[in-house]
Amino acid sequence: MAYGPHTPADRQRMLAALRMDSVDDLFADIPVGLRSSPLRLDPPEPEQLLMRRLDGLAAKNRVDLASFLGAGAYRHFSPPLVDQILLRGEWYTAYTPYQPEVSQGTLQSIYEYESLLAELVGLDVVSASHYDGAAATAEAALMTCRATGRGRVLVSRAVHPHYREVLRTYFHGNGLHFEEIPLAAEGSVAGTTDLAELERRLGDAENPVAGVVLAQPNFYGLLEPMRDASDLVHAAGALFVAVVEPVSLAVLAPPGAYGADIAAGEGQALGIPPQYGGPYLGILACTEPLVRQIPGRLVGMTTDVDGRRAYVMTLQAREQHIRREKAASNICTNQTLLALAASVWLAALGPHGLRDVAALGAARAAELEAALASVGVARVHAGAYLNEFAVRVPNAPAVHRELLERGVLAGLVLAEAVPDEPALADALLVCATEMTTGDDVATFAREIGALLADAGAGAGGSAAAAPVGVTA
Amino acid sequence: MSASGPRLQPTIFELSRPGRGAGKVPHPPADALDRLPAQHRRERPAALPEVNEPEAVRHYVNLSQMNHAVDTGFYPLGSCTMKWNPKVNEWAARQPGFAQLHPLAPDAIAQGTLQLLWELEQILIEISGMHAVTLQPAAGAHGELTGILMVREYHRAQGDMDRTDVLVPDSAHGTNPATATMAGLRTISIKAAPDGGIDLDGFKAALGPTTAAVMITNPSTLGIFESRIGDLLDAVHAAGALAYMDGANLNAILGRFKPGEAGFDVMHINTHKTFSTPHGGGGPGAGPVAVGEKLEPFLPAPRVLRQADGSFRLERVGERPTSIGRMRSFVGSTGVLVRAYAYLRTHGASGLAEITDDAVLAANYLKQRLADSGAYDIPFPGVCKHEFIASATSIKKKTGVRTLDIAKRLLDHGFHAPTVYFPLTVDEAMLIEPTETESIETLDAFADALVAIAREAEADPETVKTAPHTAPVRRLDEAGAARNPNLRWRPAAGDWTPCPD
Repeated sequence: MAYGPHTPADRQRMLAALRMDSVDDLFADIPVGLRSSPLRLDPPEPEQLLMRRLDGLAAKNRVDLASFLGAGAYRHFSPPLVDQILLRGEWYTAYTPYQPEVSQGTLQSIYEYESLLAELVGLDVVSASHYDGAAATAEAALMTCRATGRGRVLVSRAVHPHYREVLRTYFHGNGLHFEEIPLAAEGSVAGTTDLAELERRLGDAENPVAGVVLAQPNFYGLLEPMRDASDLVHAAGALFVAVVEPVSLAVLAPPGAYGADIAAGEGQALGIPPQYGGPYLGILACTEPLVRQIPGRLVGMTTDVDGRRAYVMTLQAREQHIRREKAASNICTNQTLLALAASVWLAALGPHGLRDVAALGAARAAELEAALASVGVARVHAGAYLNEFAVRVPNAPAVHRELLERGVLAGLVLAEAVPDEPALADALLVCATEMTTGDDVATFAREIGALLADAGAGAGGSAAAAPVGVTA
Repeated sequence: MSASGPRLQPTIFELSRPGRGAGKVPHPPADALDRLPAQHRRERPAALPEVNEPEAVRHYVNLSQMNHAVDTGFYPLGSCTMKWNPKVNEWAARQPGFAQLHPLAPDAIAQGTLQLLWELEQILIEISGMHAVTLQPAAGAHGELTGILMVREYHRAQGDMDRTDVLVPDSAHGTNPATATMAGLRTISIKAAPDGGIDLDGFKAALGPTTAAVMITNPSTLGIFESRIGDLLDAVHAAGALAYMDGANLNAILGRFKPGEAGFDVMHINTHKTFSTPHGGGGPGAGPVAVGEKLEPFLPAPRVLRQADGSFRLERVGERPTSIGRMRSFVGSTGVLVRAYAYLRTHGASGLAEITDDAVLAANYLKQRLADSGAYDIPFPGVCKHEFIASATSIKKKTGVRTLDIAKRLLDHGFHAPTVYFPLTVDEAMLIEPTETESIETLDAFADALVAIAREAEADPETVKTAPHTAPVRRLDEAGAARNPNLRWRPAAGDWTPCPD
């Protein structure tokens, strides 16, 4: 076996101790009629050939394009020290710290993660981690129902569509109710949550609302009036959940500053590679009064019998292994290694480095906006943004495909991601980070400008026609 | 770790000195944030630590050395399958073609990963004997929820709206009943038979028109193959309910028992147990779910599809209306799945069968050694699968030393403790799972340590009751931690410096 230690003599010795002739005797308890058919799989692959196979598969992916794709997963610089720490087997080959005396490294790292994130989000209680931003948001919504004893949650349509889909899955058929609040359609608030509609729905005294979920920045990159929303929500006796992007919190007001009761979000941006969707880091934080409602592990500081400072998993009476069917959630395994990655990344960059990352992304995004505008590609919305925004592009899916051929990953095709928002049918969602170079921006602007000019010329001046050379 | 243990570490906040640790990224232009309206700006910078690279690295290296891990020693934590985590898997997941691929990358530039995911699904279908697989769930409990939601939707699609009960044996993992609650269903706990196995009559009495599913861990959390499973599955299906298998113990049955062939309708697989993806100090895991034909229409979206021309694509938004929907963002924990794929390819059919044979052989050998010593109670004396129960009930009666004390004393011997006080149905339980990657010398040394501790419990119980003595810290004040929770470091006032620009 590839990693096993047993020689034939070892196996014989063990069988002899068991007074057995064959390992088959150990499986005599499986009823004959239920025994497995043989596994029809390929033969074992030596490591050298396996690496060649994996190299071949990885080479079929394209990661060399000038990318403007964000939409909930962001490329950021990760100093080499981060991954070198993560590659220490003492971290990644340990498990949940059930024996705290020989798990102080993991426990202290989780306590530090809780503390770092508490600083960033401005709320005092941070869970040890959840699966991802979507699952954390769903858990946040469920928390509002437990805490208020109400069963109705309002979610802005400017929250990431995957998060809303997960909320729908979690809420469907469990007796709780989930509604979407539409976007404001016009003016300087277009693309943000319609606060008048929010207020109207909060006013339904027959159906009191447990919680309201808004994202900052929202899915379209726009900044939401979180303070105003928070005031409306609290006036109705409901809890306010802010879905946040943690890097942005270096420069944006944190949830604690505008009165959010719970913060949820995707921690991938904190130094975790995109890796086609995970493993990621679900951030979940809340105010102190909600501590017994928060699901997932919590680590606290304590002392050992000699009075030395030490760390331990605590308040476990909320958890499934104690409470079983009455637990706050069924979560067990979480994302501890990713919480460590985020902590090490934050320590490597420091507060000034983090601010530089956020501000540099904003600066690059402004350059991108100007460069695209110079070739006639304008923003869809008028409101303020940090580093991501939607642009109007006629025939966006085809343009996006053609740009791939020209070495540009031109963000996200909104017609495909949010087919239920007809106002965004001809739009791309683009983002910039500190990884975006001036050359990337220039290439994007040049290529999309050329494509649209060709299309305009080919169709007698109509910018809405299919670009030349694009097969739909 | 040395007998004196590594030095305790101050928090990273205490290491912070204003002005240290800059220079990793360029400074933005001074006006970068001018266009941000004042109402949205952060007023006070977060008081994050400022440390230089050597301080940061030493902090995390020193912390790491306070952990017991598979890479440092034996970790027989029952029900967790703490097997070797191959290093080539870490290499694989870090290949830029996999690691740097954006989760919303168009299918055309993600063909390598999509092919890997599709092939992984086929391998898991073969191993489970099921019909289809979703790779989306992020962990075992997440897979349980996915499976139970599919079961619920299946019944509703049949017009069967009253099936709200989930039957679970009392030895089950706590995630099973917690999952049923999250799905809006009701848990009915069924007591085990005297031999520790399924009480067929108990289940039959509880099965009926309101039963949605039965959740069975097989082998059970006692490490016993449920030999009455065939009759139970017949009874479940006769009652119109579906059978869920908790695959936590899949390491015991590879190539010996395919749950789908036997009649289970749905199961989850913990890649971080059976397929060696690292446990990460508590995650990440991945919890693929395999289903029979009945449940395939309800699988979460998006699925990975192979097209007629051999290329791959993801399902589009709303393409399959029968789906229970999404369980998480994006496709799944692909980085974990790359590791599982590498492991499965490395082993192939014969290697996987050998894993199970060796894991079960090691567990039975260790169990026999403890039984022969007479030092511990072995409540279920027959053949076990990949793990087994020992109990300190007799030792406790004689000496006052409890399982908890023995677990702590094992730490002084350089071993991680087994899972203790689980399952809840056995007094003073120790659930011991050696896995297939531990040598006979390690198994012998562990048995010797347990026997030595049992003797020590008689000769010098105080030493056992106050263990550990050589770990970085001694026993902790857990009650105090819960009474006055300190869940975050509070930087002293003034512990932040305004940004220079």
